[in-house]
Amino acid sequence: MIATQQNAVAARNSEPLVSLSSLRKEFPARKTSAFGVRRKVVAVDDVAFEIRAGSTFGLVGESGSGKSTIARMILKLERPDAGEVRFEGRGLWQQTRAQEQDYRRNVQAVLQDPYGALSPRLKIRDIIGEPLSVQRKGRAEIDATVARLLQTVGLGKDAGNRYPHQFSGGQRQRIAIARALSVEPRLLVLDEPVSALDVSIRAQILMLLREMQQRLGLTYLFVGHDLAIVRYVSEVVGVMYFGRMVEIGPADDVLRHPRHPYTQRLVSIASMRQALGHERLTGELPNPLAPPSGCHFRMRCPYATERCVDEAPLLRESSDAHRVDVPRGRVDVPRGRVDVPKGLVACHYFAEIEAGTKAATGPKPQRPA
Amino acid sequence: MLLEIRNLSVEFGPVARPLCAVSDVDLEIGAAEIVGIAGESGSGKTTLCAALVRNLPKTARVSGEIRFDGRSVNEMSASELRQLRGREIAMILQNPMTSLDPLFTIGNQLGEVLATRCDVPTARLREREVELLRSVHMTAPEQRLRQYPHELSGGMRQRVLIAMAGSTAPRLLLADEPTTALDATIQEEILVLFRELRDQRGTAIAIVTHDLGVIRRICDRIVIMYAGRIVEEGPVEVVFAAPRHPYTRALLASVPVLDGDRVQLQSIAGQVPNLADLGDFCAFADRCPLAVDQCRTRAPIASAFGDRQRVFCWRAGEVL
Repeated sequence: MIATQQNAVAARNSEPLVSLSSLRKEFPARKTSAFGVRRKVVAVDDVAFEIRAGSTFGLVGESGSGKSTIARMILKLERPDAGEVRFEGRGLWQQTRAQEQDYRRNVQAVLQDPYGALSPRLKIRDIIGEPLSVQRKGRAEIDATVARLLQTVGLGKDAGNRYPHQFSGGQRQRIAIARALSVEPRLLVLDEPVSALDVSIRAQILMLLREMQQRLGLTYLFVGHDLAIVRYVSEVVGVMYFGRMVEIGPADDVLRHPRHPYTQRLVSIASMRQALGHERLTGELPNPLAPPSGCHFRMRCPYATERCVDEAPLLRESSDAHRVDVPRGRVDVPRGRVDVPKGLVACHYFAEIEAGTKAATGPKPQRPA
Repeated sequence: MLLEIRNLSVEFGPVARPLCAVSDVDLEIGAAEIVGIAGESGSGKTTLCAALVRNLPKTARVSGEIRFDGRSVNEMSASELRQLRGREIAMILQNPMTSLDPLFTIGNQLGEVLATRCDVPTARLREREVELLRSVHMTAPEQRLRQYPHELSGGMRQRVLIAMAGSTAPRLLLADEPTTALDATIQEEILVLFRELRDQRGTAIAIVTHDLGVIRRICDRIVIMYAGRIVEEGPVEVVFAAPRHPYTRALLASVPVLDGDRVQLQSIAGQVPNLADLGDFCAFADRCPLAVDQCRTRAPIASAFGDRQRVFCWRAGEVL
């Protein structure tokens, strides 16, 4: 596997494999009447981050925060309305035909629902081999690769002759991973890959993903809502709220010492540090058709002020850049290190909140129009 | 005891080769107790719930006894069952969209429940509807009454269902995966509502879920099911701190935690067994790292530990 060697080398140098700059995506909303104004929903609003080769970037947020839209833009399934996605420095929408083919091979996806992801009419052998036949590989080569992949993801050889309905959810997710790996990609986009699986199976798939990363030098974008799982797989974490990135930084830093009030609330709930009912959800969720001015979180934030109403906070540095070990774990491969970015927080008052000097002022509701 | 289940088994399929969705379950739920029933898909937790309100498909073969408040559920007449379902035992299901009728407003649907189950006179319906929505902390309740289910978010729909379930002050609330489809911050709010229901109305609550975090957060007692059987049960603090069944241990070790140092995850090898292939021995034996010959020949009997902890494992008593 020559590509694997290349991947492993790439994993050690710290150039970003993927970089997103000022990314924006809008979707048109349905008109309420024939004479109504055509309104739009901003799904992703000025988002920028980098994914280092050989590392995992975890993207966290509640439903509707725009994390799947970002995943789809990286997969080149949606065209951004502004900003750019670059892969190895080259913009996705400036690719030639040949470059695009190459890109589609280099980037593969594993999605949430392992039942919808596999064609019920194809045998597993054909499902895993399909990307290879698209790449015009010969029958013998396809068969050999499929057999190897089945073994890699921990399924028996005879699995190739069976159909998807004969497998459980966890096994199907293994098949989806094998299919993604068949064309030796560099980047895997994992959109909630374990959310639909049973608890005891989740750990198997997470461990498989980590082992694959170490063995093949893969780069992951891991989209998830379970903070503990995202922390387990990621070196760098970005937290999204309502289309904007509110906090980004090293996973341990962000998820153990969150600085943005929204991240703090998420972490407080997930870690169960506070008794049930200690922190109540105050205020209301923003309306995507009429987003609030200023900071999107101010309507639920315990620390909001007039400034949060007038001025949207920019991401500001909260900690120094440093290097973290990657990959981790027990498998015997040389450990590499990657640079992780500086911690960034989009809140006017994160320093005061951290120092404990910011008074709780309560949320600032939407001003009446 | 509010609810007593003795030797409950539910079988489907041919008599010669039955599929035991629930086997030999003994379970008690006391008044105002919050019990979490944990298990993976196919562990029989949803079938167990359906059996409690006699809502199983006709093809199911049920044996054993269920007593609610001293009365046998199996022997209830149709009118007694109507009284039981909805009034004494309320249910909340996973998908709040399919539990509400898309063609009627929230006010309409709440009014129907109030009129039929609580005998609220028409003149006072509106007032009671608003009160109910306030009790589940809905913002702008008067406006919500005029809205249709699709206009509400998942969390708000679940609130409406909890309001409906709580309207009759039921003795027992069965909640089947009530928070699975919801975001973390909303999930927390729903759990707070459950606790308020228990504290204010004395309702016992059985939460069926695969999310151990939810159980740890709100329940008094946890019951862990595997392949249709109870494998361990006990007070939440005890079971989470010192699980005794190998399956419980493996389950807890396979969940990553947010606090503390990064830990090595332990995965449980193998797959959940096919319910039709179970013999009269421990269903977890094939995946169990501690299994001995006895585990593959005889079904484990319960061993009791301390304060209400029961474990179905031949090796539960050994210090491991």
